[in-house]
Amino acid sequence: MFVQQLVNGLMLGSSYGLIGVAFALILGIFDMLNIAIGEVFMLGAFCGLVLVTHGVPFVAALPMAMVFAGLVNLVIERFAFRPLRGTPPVIPLLSSIGFSMLLTDTATNIWGSERTQFPPSVHVVNFEIGPILITSVQIVILGVAVLLMVVLQLLLQRTKIGRGMRAVAENALTASILGVDSRRIIVATFFLSGALAGAAGMLVGLTFSVISPFIGIEIGLKGVVAMVVGGAGNIQGAMLAGPILGIAEVLSVAYLGAAHRDVVVYGLLILVLIVRPAGLLGAVERARL
Amino acid sequence: MLSDYHQTLLLLTGINVLLGWSAYLPLATGQLSLGNAGFMAVGAYASSLLTVQWQWALLPALLAGAALAAILGVLVGFPALRLHGIYLAIATLGFGEIVRTFFLNFDLTGGPMGMRGMSGATLGMVWAWVLVCAVGFFALGHSRLGLSLDAVHDDEVAAEMVGLNITALKVGAFGVAAALAGLGGGLYAHHILFIEPGTFNFMESIIMVLFVLLGGMRTFWGTVIGAAVFTILPDLLRFLHSWRGAFFGALLVFLLIVRPWGLLPRETLRIPMRWLAGVGG
Repeated sequence: MFVQQLVNGLMLGSSYGLIGVAFALILGIFDMLNIAIGEVFMLGAFCGLVLVTHGVPFVAALPMAMVFAGLVNLVIERFAFRPLRGTPPVIPLLSSIGFSMLLTDTATNIWGSERTQFPPSVHVVNFEIGPILITSVQIVILGVAVLLMVVLQLLLQRTKIGRGMRAVAENALTASILGVDSRRIIVATFFLSGALAGAAGMLVGLTFSVISPFIGIEIGLKGVVAMVVGGAGNIQGAMLAGPILGIAEVLSVAYLGAAHRDVVVYGLLILVLIVRPAGLLGAVERARL
Repeated sequence: MLSDYHQTLLLLTGINVLLGWSAYLPLATGQLSLGNAGFMAVGAYASSLLTVQWQWALLPALLAGAALAAILGVLVGFPALRLHGIYLAIATLGFGEIVRTFFLNFDLTGGPMGMRGMSGATLGMVWAWVLVCAVGFFALGHSRLGLSLDAVHDDEVAAEMVGLNITALKVGAFGVAAALAGLGGGLYAHHILFIEPGTFNFMESIIMVLFVLLGGMRTFWGTVIGAAVFTILPDLLRFLHSWRGAFFGALLVFLLIVRPWGLLPRETLRIPMRWLAGVGG
């Protein structure tokens, strides 16, 4: 069932891609790695869980979870990044790890460490196209992921704030001299990045229906891998690498056994870092949007 | 005489000092490694296999575990030369995860079930190793080699211009750091009596860096204080119950806000700009 595996990998990979883009936005624009994106993603999933459990329909729960996740990311920016401006990038990386610990533990205390189920929130219909089985849930996931990517591209290319972001990514100093309001850009980028991670949380909740406080580490770190494989800080790269990673993972589970999937994923990461440190679509030295 | 309980705390502090130094050495050459739990796992599993399966004495088994970790460290150190800053951190993180997954699938060491049957690590033994390493670090700090490491840390390009062998220094630092992590892992396994792959996860690597961070990134004895505080504090904070992890996370964020360079930096004012150039990647 090779083609079926490809389809399943694509679904998994679309979430990796969204998380990867969430990481890439911050790395691409500010040259900093916010590891806590993984936990923002986890909180997005739990926020979605709470909403869906209380009867909020999926179409309304998705934007609400995104806004919540975006706000969480702004809090992280306020305490883990803003006070540390001017320090080497590994310092904010470490403080974002502090936030990861804080958020994982808080979620464990609120929701427990057990894996929780999403109640069915999308009417499940199965479509059989020849030998391939596609569910309505999978179509929703793919549709939402593609839609968010398109909206993000339009935002970056066509709006004033998007142009500001690209200008800061190109050269922060020049951008500020030319009158780009760096505070606004930082807030907008962190909010956007958090919202995308939150959306990925909702989608993962739909697909696997199992979420726990530890998915930030289990799944979120794979978003970092997707970002690096695609070309650190490169948004299209992360969009492309997410599905590649998802397919590689699903195929390795199918043909090598479930135990080897992390070896394949992280092996791919190290291979790319050594052979092509700039990633699949990355520019040499410093990645661009 | 110390109670058993205090002896255990002191012993764990000693092991954590060794692990902290394994994070300190790469940092001393400007490399942040987030995969040291992988080297710790190699040392722990290798020495345990030797003592449990092949009835080796503890000392040669510890040395063999450290040596194996060192070889792996050198092998990782070479490709790591191409990477800087956060990219190196991400790559070493990936390495740590691969080692953990390897032991999850390795039947000889029990796979996910873990391994038991080790024993024999004593308080005196652990602190003897700490003392040996401390003498080593002290000598290093007063040697040409120590100055060379400082030079690589402060400005890699300039260090290379004056004829220092950057490759040997950075890979060497990685190898010795891996050996320290392997040694710490071996001692840990023979103290705690049971190991499983989950022991050596990403968080363990982070905690090693925290020891260094708390003590200040440029002094090896700062790591001793960092390791002691982080070993004893969780015990004093038992009243926080399940919120301890959250407390540590918040503490880390707070510490970095008030003292981004650690609590005991050697030359608080001189480093920042140089460091930026060295690790900026």
